Amino acid sequence: MPSTRFVTRAALMACAAMALSACAADQTGPQSASSSAARSASPYPSTYAPYPGRPTALVGATLFDGRGGQMQNATVLFENGRITAVGDASLGVPAGYDRIDGTGKFVTPGVIDIHSHLGDYPSPDVGAHSDGNEATSPTTPEVWAEHSVWPQDPGFSRALANGGVTALQILPGSANLMGGRSVTLKNVPALTVQGMKFPGAPQGLKMACGENPKRVYGGKGQAPSTRMGNFAVNRQTWIDAQDYDGTDRNLAKDTLKAVLDGEIQVHNHCYRADEMALVIDMAKEFGYTVSTFHHAVESYKIADLLRENDICSAVWADWWGFKMEAYDGILENAALIENAGACVVIHSDDQDGIQRLNQEAAKAQAAGKRIGIDIPDGKVIGWFTYNAAKAMGIADETGSLETGKAADVVLWNGNPLSVYSRPEKVWIDGALMFDANDPKRRPVSDFELGQPGAGDVK
Amino acid sequence: MKAIASAIALSIALVSPALAQDLAITGATVATGDGSEPIENATVVVRGGRVVAAGSGVAVPAGVPVIDGTGKWVTPGLFSAVTDLGLWDVGAVNESDDREAEASPFSASLDMSVAINPASQHILVSRMGGVTRATVIGQPGSSIFSGQGAIIDLGADANAVTRARAFQFINLDETGARLAGGSRTAAHALLRNALREARDYGNRSGIAGSASRPGAVRTGDDLPIDPRMVDNETERGEDVLLTRFDAAALVPVANGTQPLYVQVDRAADIRSVLALKQEFPQLDLVLVGVHEGWLVARDIAAAGVPVVAFALDDLPVAFEELAATQSNIGRMKDAGVTVAIGPFTDDFQPRFAPQFAGNLVGLQKVPGATGLTWGEAFAAITSVPARIAGMEGEAGVLAPGAHGDVVIWDGDPLEISSAPQRVWIDGVEQPLDNHQSALRNRYRDLDRSDLPKAYDW
Repeated sequence: MPSTRFVTRAALMACAAMALSACAADQTGPQSASSSAARSASPYPSTYAPYPGRPTALVGATLFDGRGGQMQNATVLFENGRITAVGDASLGVPAGYDRIDGTGKFVTPGVIDIHSHLGDYPSPDVGAHSDGNEATSPTTPEVWAEHSVWPQDPGFSRALANGGVTALQILPGSANLMGGRSVTLKNVPALTVQGMKFPGAPQGLKMACGENPKRVYGGKGQAPSTRMGNFAVNRQTWIDAQDYDGTDRNLAKDTLKAVLDGEIQVHNHCYRADEMALVIDMAKEFGYTVSTFHHAVESYKIADLLRENDICSAVWADWWGFKMEAYDGILENAALIENAGACVVIHSDDQDGIQRLNQEAAKAQAAGKRIGIDIPDGKVIGWFTYNAAKAMGIADETGSLETGKAADVVLWNGNPLSVYSRPEKVWIDGALMFDANDPKRRPVSDFELGQPGAGDVK
Repeated sequence: MKAIASAIALSIALVSPALAQDLAITGATVATGDGSEPIENATVVVRGGRVVAAGSGVAVPAGVPVIDGTGKWVTPGLFSAVTDLGLWDVGAVNESDDREAEASPFSASLDMSVAINPASQHILVSRMGGVTRATVIGQPGSSIFSGQGAIIDLGADANAVTRARAFQFINLDETGARLAGGSRTAAHALLRNALREARDYGNRSGIAGSASRPGAVRTGDDLPIDPRMVDNETERGEDVLLTRFDAAALVPVANGTQPLYVQVDRAADIRSVLALKQEFPQLDLVLVGVHEGWLVARDIAAAGVPVVAFALDDLPVAFEELAATQSNIGRMKDAGVTVAIGPFTDDFQPRFAPQFAGNLVGLQKVPGATGLTWGEAFAAITSVPARIAGMEGEAGVLAPGAHGDVVIWDGDPLEISSAPQRVWIDGVEQPLDNHQSALRNRYRDLDRSDLPKAYDW
């Protein structure tokens, strides 16, 4: 975070509290605005291809598979970017594989952050870099977060080296009701955002409840200035999009129609239980799907409702009190949600927090244990791997260590649920992208080159 | 019922000071906070509100109630360096936020001690996290001077402030430069002018400690005099920029009787701050923030200036912190700098201190990084911040004569899964209930079949 918290608070609010986008872009792409525009035929397609890797066998570590499973003395094999086998010590290491001794170490799927603003609110956090929220209109479904991503944000490298993050969703901010489309990235350094885009990952639509939209626009003397205004503007916007057929191309309605057609899921910033319940009904009114409530500090109050509606809660372990709608945050939130059978995702919304999602999950797990809710380690690992992947629509590709899936793998130097552990090696699609034992196997962004501390351990 | 009982107990505690209990905890893993490694199977004895012994081979005096600490860890309470505890309720609720007086004509004279609310949920939540004492300061509003910070304890009683006007706080970083008029040059000119006005004012006003006056009579840890209230019978010189109240508040800074905390980050800015001692040798400096401290660690050590530094910031979030790294504290420590972890303001909650310290221990296993040993890391959130606050041997340490601030943890206090189970301050056992624990109790189950949740309390 910035040097003085006095400065930082504004920046934090911009992320945690705000998220807006309201401008309409005038991009006229070659394809029609049919629902397929959302996903299958992006005019800004991914150019990412896995980097070269070697056939690798991780042998002897404790494995968490991301789906609740845990195995001592495990063997994980990957080759050509894919996991080829996962098993116990009886699994042989094929010829030609590099054998890495994992004794005393731990293996997990690559860490996934469902809520990041890296690249859109990059470091340094200067006004010229504030590209995370098109806060000029209450609804800006026409903007795409990927068009703001600065690939040189040094934050990506810290998330990789300290957090083991291999994939992340970049969301627009929350100052407006509909902030725009999110983008999911592979956490690989690239010169372009296209070089980072996760192939085939669906976009999301960022929406926001509560204080931010009404404060930002109410402050400008326009709607919404109240929570009921929030809903009125949202509902009219959905109504206006329902009959859109793409003949008179409109970027905002491209997005909204894709949501109504089920191609884009909603990621809804929403703190309060009562507002989440209203959003659930709004989604039913218009026939769209909310994937996840983000910053859902009050999910523990309605965990049963969230389970019934199959909506994930993306939460911090212990953030609270920075705004009124975060006043009821409690440490036991994640454990209580899990205990009710609903879906938990640990998220960061922060360039520092993304480096310690594993620790935040462990903190939330321990809080549950103290009130008698004993959640196995393997399930807790899933809070920042498989559950995030599932909520982002990329669980077929990543988020767990299973044969055939991408070799997004972290080798930790100790139990990732301990404060004393760090990633030792991180592979993305089978390519070694970070190695704590090799100072050169660590990305340094253009911005940091030739500056004090470039290439430091950080 | 339990919740009601504890709520009543809490309200009683707030109106009538509880008596210190004598207690002994035996068979525990004890970390004294002095930088040493934990001691297994050790004993801690507290009598009359003070620690009388801690370590192995300690005999429990007859008549002192014994608590079995088997399987537990026992430590001094955490000392939180530079917090905003008790000054606010909710970040985005301006109505009750006393951290920043942006529209006040006053700056250096703002006295935090009058605004600190012992019943603040931030104090209650921090106490639940094992924090027992802290220094408190607001944010700079219209000036580079935030005002006069206080030292508090987090006890569940009406008397939080143990030392009012304990230090002055100034920003000489990018924030200070903007507040001073848009440049670092303006901030330094403003500071120098302020110190000269204070020195001049102090000479004329009859404030003890000034050059022409006898030194103040001090009796141990008495509260400092409040120079702001001294009448000024003399004319002040022309070209006066400070209000009389602000000038008076800076007199003890200028004469070195009150520490000056300086928020600063860039290596070059740190050197400029250290150079102030050449012009104003009496300044008693503490550096806060210090993201690039490792680049000038030997200079800081040579100046004998202690540091309160962020532990885990490792991004070039501003141009003044391009060299930020989690190895900053370890490298400064190795160079001989006295370093505490902090500050803990805004979303950096004081209860995060063990996690920050634990991460610095973890760094020891990272090739090329510089971390802290367990003992050093724990000292950085206990005895070291206490020493920087002028409470060496008094707080943040389990040593004979120290305040009876004791925490029993259910495991290694630096491990993320551990939490305090019982907390004493000055030998008084503290309630660990708060808004959050009450919500947790209410929503432990979601059964609303008989009555709404509002009846469950």
